[in-house]
Amino acid sequence: MSQPHLDLHETASSEPRRGFMTHILAAGIGLLVGAVPACAGLAFFLDPLMRKKKGGSGDGFLKMPVSLDALEINGEPQLVKIIMDKVDAWNTYLKQPVGAVYLRRTDKDKVVAFNSRCPHLGCAVDYKPSEKHYFCPCHTSTFGVDGIKQNEIPPRDLDNLEVQIRNGGEVWLKFQNFRATTPEKIPVG
Amino acid sequence: MNALINWLDNRTGLKKLMHEALYENIPGGARWRYVWGSTLMFTFTIQVITGLFLWTAYSPSTTTAWESVYYIQHHMQYGWLVRGLHHFSASAMTVLLALHLMQVVIDGAYKAPREINFWLGLILMQVVLGLSLTGYLLPWDQKGYYATQVSTEIMGATPVVGPQLQQLAQGGPQYGHHTLTRFFAMHAGVLPGTLIAFIVLHIAVFRRHGITVPDPDRAPATTFWPDQVLKDGIACLAVLGTVLTLTIWHHGAELAAPADPSEAYSAARPEWYFLFLFQFLRFGWVEHQGLAFGAIYLPGALMAILAAMPIIGRWKVGHRFNVIFLFVMMVGIIGLTGLALKNDAADPDFQAAVKQAQDDSVRIEELAERPEGIPLEGAVSLLRADPKAQGPRLFARNCAPCHRYDGHDGTGRKVTFKEPIVEEVLEKQKDGTQKKVKKIIDYKPPVEVLATATDLGKFGSPDWIKAVITNFKGTFAALENVKDKDDKKKIAESSKHFLEGDMSDWSSTHAQHWRVKENEQALTDLVAFLHSQGQRRGAPGISDEAPKRGRQIFETGKLPVGKFESNCIDCHSLQPVGEDKLLGEVGAGPTLTSYGGDRWLREFLSNPGHEKFYGSNNTMPAFGERLTEKELDLLVRWMVGDYE
Repeated sequence: MSQPHLDLHETASSEPRRGFMTHILAAGIGLLVGAVPACAGLAFFLDPLMRKKKGGSGDGFLKMPVSLDALEINGEPQLVKIIMDKVDAWNTYLKQPVGAVYLRRTDKDKVVAFNSRCPHLGCAVDYKPSEKHYFCPCHTSTFGVDGIKQNEIPPRDLDNLEVQIRNGGEVWLKFQNFRATTPEKIPVG
Repeated sequence: MNALINWLDNRTGLKKLMHEALYENIPGGARWRYVWGSTLMFTFTIQVITGLFLWTAYSPSTTTAWESVYYIQHHMQYGWLVRGLHHFSASAMTVLLALHLMQVVIDGAYKAPREINFWLGLILMQVVLGLSLTGYLLPWDQKGYYATQVSTEIMGATPVVGPQLQQLAQGGPQYGHHTLTRFFAMHAGVLPGTLIAFIVLHIAVFRRHGITVPDPDRAPATTFWPDQVLKDGIACLAVLGTVLTLTIWHHGAELAAPADPSEAYSAARPEWYFLFLFQFLRFGWVEHQGLAFGAIYLPGALMAILAAMPIIGRWKVGHRFNVIFLFVMMVGIIGLTGLALKNDAADPDFQAAVKQAQDDSVRIEELAERPEGIPLEGAVSLLRADPKAQGPRLFARNCAPCHRYDGHDGTGRKVTFKEPIVEEVLEKQKDGTQKKVKKIIDYKPPVEVLATATDLGKFGSPDWIKAVITNFKGTFAALENVKDKDDKKKIAESSKHFLEGDMSDWSSTHAQHWRVKENEQALTDLVAFLHSQGQRRGAPGISDEAPKRGRQIFETGKLPVGKFESNCIDCHSLQPVGEDKLLGEVGAGPTLTSYGGDRWLREFLSNPGHEKFYGSNNTMPAFGERLTEKELDLLVRWMVGDYE
């Protein structure tokens, strides 16, 4: 310890109890007054984590712009843009493209849909008709026409989406994005 | 632990630094009067912390600034708290600055060898005022927008380089995106950076000379830590308590309606600590000297005297002069602030403007909370397209010259006139001669202007319809205030036409029927019929029982007791909703098709002189020519209550 510090101890020793309390109080109050704005700010900053998911109206299914008849059984997958209202903080963008899906009819009344986002790192996959597979241009993930991964680059198969056939020929789909990089399908947002 | 500290100390000299920071010697013991500097540091720390967090959510552009602040205030968790702390700490900082300055002057802490530090402090004061001025604009609300306009106009009045300075501050000849980006860069970058640099210098120089102690023998010497720190901490706690209380009390800082250059904002005032300057600039004699005198030269001169205090203080009576000067200045500032507040409190127009501003800010919140959200062109477009917000303004501009709305002009202001007091004064001409000219030197107290047409506050409501039927003359009595052009004691012919016309006669001769108890329901039914035809919100359905019964009376004039001498349809025509056939004929009296409703009012306002309305008896201007279609739409929808 340096010399002046010892001096302080000598002054303080005349009233050791009060000196100790003063130290504690001064430090405590100092911490407290600093903590209030810091905590308020931190709580504010954590807003995105605490935000509750807004329940959309209906069952979350969207009517696709192609009808069942327009899809050939076991034909080539068709890319369809998903148009939805998008809420971005204070703005609501009406009818914006928010993603894309591949639709493929596999039976008389069965349609399979894949989210076009690659489960590897989120790039959009292309369907290559000549090679009959999905191919991701970013890191060369490939998936069969059935969505099953064909190399070890992606962590899982293409993300299958729920499809319903309604009113005899309408294709309805529940659009969802899933977290990339994980072996499991974990919905985002 | 000790080993680690020693390792760090060995490489950084931390111990010495901490020792210097904490164990500054304080002769005469810790005192409350030394706390002001620390409380200022504390409020600045709050500003840095809350400011950085607000930065993470703020978006500086004319279509997103208000919107992002709105989002912070109403949607982000504790956004109101962080914003409120930032706002009220800014106010606290100004107050503490004044207290710090006063303590320094009273204790003579500006005297040699501390002159430089005093000047550094004055620079810090300017930077703090600059921070509050730039911060006021950032929410881009009406309040900040118009108050800051004044500041930049004053800047433009600076001799020689004014216009260039103004353009540089605004980022162009007018306010726009770049005004916000520039103000934000100043507020969050340049000014805080400057402030930190000068605080470092200020504290470094302060530590060099030590604290100014008036009476060193008062108590045994102590050190900054912990005795003075405790006192400082308690003072900071009190400041924080005040700021928190104000924040919670007001639920954060106020956010007025989004800035709209096309919409006057009569409630515009600077932040309260600049009110004294605002009041000062309003004095006639100050205004007479030109803007640069009141807003630049005089405040500049006061600052120059402040800056000269260390030099003045060298004289025998210098210190006393400095203390008295500061005291007079503070009294002046407090007095002017008080006067400004008093004038505003006594000004009904200003109070109405404040009320309207509050209504707007409540309304914009309602509009922004709708599922459609805020459009990309910004929240201001919501308010511009809103009947509830625009209707009263359109009424005040177009209708209130003659009509009233529940006694006021639609926006809550009384319609008044201030007669100018004109005096002949000698004015120097260009050629050096003097000439008498008439000049307005002041105004007499405002007197309320009499309406010359009906109060439309209840227009189209059942009460209104009932009043027109039972008390026509009384309902339109304001027309008596229209005087004959040649003989001001006589009522104008056009008004007589109306007040002594057929409907007026009918109303008075049929008044007897309504005094009969059995006919009470019949009157209610007749009113319900007409009310239902207007198809306003809340009106009875056209096929409800009461309107159906009322229609019988309208067509036949048969009452439970007695009968109309002439029927409604003898003079009025009415095409019932959803029917092809016209009841009555277009002619004598105004058509009552959808009376008081959207369609009737739209057509009537467009052309009241049309033969199906007042025809040749009309004296009201045709607003189809004066208003745009959009304006007419907003006015009509407001008057008939067609808005959410």
